[in-house]
Order: sequence, then structure tokens, then C-alpha cells
Amino acid sequence: MSFYDELKQISWNEIENEIQNRGEADVDAALKAPAVDFDNFLSLLSPAAESRLEAMARRAHLLTQQRFGKTISLFAPLYLSNVCVNRCAYCGFNAGNPVNRLTLTPEQIQAEGEFIAKMGFRHILLVSGEAPKVVPVEYFTKAADLLRPSFPSISVEIYPMSTDSYRELIAHGVDGLTVFQETYNERLYPEFHLGGKKRDFQWRLETPDRGGEAGFRRIGLGALLGLCDWRVEGFFMGMHSRYLMRKFWKSQVSISFPRLRPAAGAFEPLHPVSDLHFVQLLTALRLFLPDVGFTLSTRETPEFRNHMIPLGVTSMSAGSKTDPGGYTMSDGENGGAEAQFEVADHRSPELVAEIIREKGYEPVWKDWDEAFLA
Amino acid sequence: MKQDKPLIIAGRAFSSRLLMGTGKFSSPEAMIKSIEASGAEIVTVALRRVELENPHDSILSAIDTSKYLLLPNTSGARDAEEAVRLARLARAAGCEPWIKLEVTPDPQYLLPDPVETLKAAEILVKDGFIVLPYMNADPILAKRLEEVGVATVMPLGSHIGSNRGIRTRDAIQIIIEKATVPVVVDAGLGVPSHAAEALEMGADAVLVNTAIAVAGDPVAMAAAFKKGVEAGREAFLAGIGRTLKTAEASSPLTGFLS
Repeated sequence: MSFYDELKQISWNEIENEIQNRGEADVDAALKAPAVDFDNFLSLLSPAAESRLEAMARRAHLLTQQRFGKTISLFAPLYLSNVCVNRCAYCGFNAGNPVNRLTLTPEQIQAEGEFIAKMGFRHILLVSGEAPKVVPVEYFTKAADLLRPSFPSISVEIYPMSTDSYRELIAHGVDGLTVFQETYNERLYPEFHLGGKKRDFQWRLETPDRGGEAGFRRIGLGALLGLCDWRVEGFFMGMHSRYLMRKFWKSQVSISFPRLRPAAGAFEPLHPVSDLHFVQLLTALRLFLPDVGFTLSTRETPEFRNHMIPLGVTSMSAGSKTDPGGYTMSDGENGGAEAQFEVADHRSPELVAEIIREKGYEPVWKDWDEAFLA
Repeated sequence: MKQDKPLIIAGRAFSSRLLMGTGKFSSPEAMIKSIEASGAEIVTVALRRVELENPHDSILSAIDTSKYLLLPNTSGARDAEEAVRLARLARAAGCEPWIKLEVTPDPQYLLPDPVETLKAAEILVKDGFIVLPYMNADPILAKRLEEVGVATVMPLGSHIGSNRGIRTRDAIQIIIEKATVPVVVDAGLGVPSHAAEALEMGADAVLVNTAIAVAGDPVAMAAAFKKGVEAGREAFLAGIGRTLKTAEASSPLTGFLS
């Protein structure tokens, strides 16, 4: 049994209809419920809940503070390679895009890591495109070995691997796995994923299952907002989280909220998500999942990120570069390697930390210790 | 009223019966001011949050170790092996050999694993640590932990951070009745009256974190908890009358017989 078996039981269209048919009375009942169940959750995702957004936001704020405290964790991504065999319609790394490609050498990884550590970060997220021949599992274990002295927590957001490969990563100190399903709509998924291994919906959907099986302590998931109806994606993210929390009960689950931004190839989102709907999605998920971490990246603008801090976010990236070598190499040096997406928040990590403090939260740079992993 | 004695843990005397956690605060300043207002003398710090080797660590540098006993905790450990490793690391970095043992494999409710906690406690005690284990409110487990030599037992009132108060009252009452080491009620205390309740029941101390850190005014809430703890302790020492279901006349009906 995997999450794919659960997903198969649920009709996207039925969920969509159910959400659309909820009224304000249903939303009020959900807000009064001592614990939000699946049925309440559908109501909170509905158009009818827009009129109750302030009440949802207040409750999300309190629930998050209660569970996570007045703290926001900070991390930085380190892009290792933008070589990719996939053809994802929305992504700058699309194999069909005539862009500059770069895979960092061990020396370059070291230099980028040192730069990120100097900015204050102790949590790092390694990112790459899908290119097992260029960046096999040994590439990542080597990268982890290089970075471990500076980073108590190392997560990966790379192409889906087998359980055994994940065990190797864990043995080298990688404690977190993030993989975005992009969309939970199996029927529409192939329309966005035009080539490469990523076309296999089930292989990707079962990635967190394999990661959990291998023993990652943190498992991150997410849908790419803008591909399909965010309300239904939200429902499936909630389902997926609950499933993972039941099955891999020792792992901390988190959700990211990547919203489509301009990238090479000029993909226009079919279902753009407004700021209001973004807030509704995040707060509805918080009410349904009080214990799940929520991550907000630099895809979002400074102003929007500032406003989101008290609404349920628990972790943010800052100072991010989304092109390999972006921290330490000039455009000339890294050959103008293409970025995965355009960063909207260019503020320094220290400035972001300052804003977090102004909002009444403690920026947390370290919340893990490599001693956990022997 | 009986004269109160200090709280003695592993031969060391403390006048405050309120222990404080340092997580979830909005800033190190809010944390330290709250600790001051609480009157606490023992403060616990999650090892995963701090850089022991870094003299400028924002949490560690805020806590004056000449005023407070810094009690490192193993929060985040999933099994005995990890907890033991963390404890040894803290001691190697210069911390006193006191350790608040937390083995919480489930990141959602953070409930303590009884088997791994007992295993880790045994190893750490043998290794010379003064062990204060966070535990479920299980009277038999409390005795088993005592047998391996822990310095206190720290049963939960309800799950960490829940503010739900003492939902394990009957079990904690038995733990107190049977204990030969101090009983510190550790988790779930949401308001000062919950802390008072624990002390009234005869618990030796309480540990509070979320209720203070997440309050609108943490410093004021810390001061309120201080009073709650003191009131509960004084009531316990004063000797609490029995609770009755019916009224008991202060002029007995059969008084004329004597």
C-alpha cells in the first residue's frame, strides 16, 4: 500500500464539486469544530470560506504559535546542478530549454557551502535537476560529506530515488527529503510533464513513501500552485500529509507552497492563485494540520512574505540563489547558468531575520544537531 | 503552616519550584526576562537549538550560569542511542552532567517512549549523569526509573505544548504517593491554576514553557506562574481539607449526645 492506492480511491471531480457546494454555514461549523476533520477541511477550502478568512487567519496564527512557538526557521537552498532530462512545461531547467547548464565540482560545492554558512545558515537544502548519469547518488553523498561539518541539517530536493539510494543519503547525514508532486491530478499531470522520467506520476507520488521507508526524519511535499485548481490540490496535500504522519509516525511532515513565477520558456499558469486564495489555502491547511511545518520560499515578494509570517509559516528561505554557483560565482564564471525560477525576494538573510524579529518572532538558524545521526 | 524546605535534586537545593523551558520565545530578551520574572533557578535548553562551541550563541549567551542551572535536554531524540549521544556531547562541551532526558519519537504529540527512556536513563546514570527524565504518567515506569537511579521523575500532565492541564491526575497522584525522588510535573500546564493544582497534589515542582512563551505578555505570565506555584505549595503545606460530596454541618446533629 502506498499513497497512490489512497489517491486512486478519490475522484478529483467529486472533491471539486463537494468544495464548490459548501455554504457559509458549513464553514462556520468547521470553525467551531474542536478539531478540523476531512469534511470540515473541504468547507474551509470552499469559495464560501472567503468571507471567513479573517477568522481562519486568527485561528491559524494561534495554532501555529501554540505548536511551533514564536519562531521562524531559516534555511538556504544550494543548487548543485541544473542539468535535467525532464521536459516540464513550467520549469527553467526543462531539457528542451536552450539554457546554460552547470554541475558544481566538489570545490565549487565547498565554496558555495562556506558562503551560505557565513550568512548564518545551519540548515541547507540541496537542489538539482533530474540527471542520474550526471549527478548519481554518489554525487550527493559526496556533497553531503563536504557540507556536514558546517550544516547540522541537510535536506535534499532532487530527483526521486529508490529506497536504497535514500538509505545511502541518510547514512551520509542527509536528514530531510522534499519532493513536490506538482499536481495531484493524475489525468492532467502528463500535460505539464512532457518528457523524461518525471512523466511517471505514480513513481513520483510514491517518493515520500520510499523516503519514509528509508527513514528520513523530515519529509516535505507540495503542489506547484497554478497548474490546477488550488482548492483540490490543497485537499490532496492535506490527505497526503495525514497519510504520511500515520504511516511514518517518526517523521516530521512539512508542506511548501511554490507559486508559479516567470521562468525561461514563458509558461502561463492556467489556474493562477491570488494572494487571497494563497492565504485561504495556507490557513485552511493549518487548521486541518496543526503539527505540519509550512515553508515559504523567495519565489514570493518581500511584502507578501512579511505579511505571511504570522499566518502559519514556520520556515523560510532567504538570500536564495536558484542557479548553480549563484552565491560565489559571477555570471561569467558559472557561464550564466540558468536559474530554476526567478527570485522575487532578494533581501539579505540578515534583513529577513530583522523583519522576522520586528514581527515578534525569533529567527531560528539551528534547530537540529548532527549528533542525532551518529 | 509547616515550614517549607528547599527542593533538593541530587543533593542540590533550590528555593524555586518552577522550572522553565527556553523554547518558543519571540526573542532571547523575552526569554530571559520571563525567566527572571518566574523566579526559576533551573532552565532547560534543547541541545539541537544551540551551538555549544559558539560563545555568541543567542540562547546560551543570554543565560547567566552563575544564576541558573542550565539543564540541557535531548529534545528531538528518537531513541536511547541518540539521547545518550547528545547528552555526552553536551558534557564534553563543558555543560554540567545534568541532563533532561527526552526521547520523543513521534514529532506530532512528542510523547515520551517509555522503553527507550528507561534504557537511556540506565546508561546515563551509570555514566555519571544526573538524569531528569520526561515520562508518561505511569506509576510503574516511575518506579523503574527510580530503580536505575534517576534524580527526579517528570510525568506529563498532558501532551507538550497543549495547555490542557493535568489530564493524568489519578496516575500522577499515585506517582507522588510512591515516589522517593522529587516529582516534577512537566508538560501541558497551560495556566497558573494548573501549576497550583500540581503543587496542591503534592508534586515537588513543575516545568513550564509553552504557556509562558506563547502568552500575549510572557513576562507577566511568568510572574503569574510563580504565584500559582507558590500558592499551590502553600496550600499543600497548610494541609488541604477533604473534599465531600455533601454538606457537613459544622454543628453536628448528634452533638447533644456528648
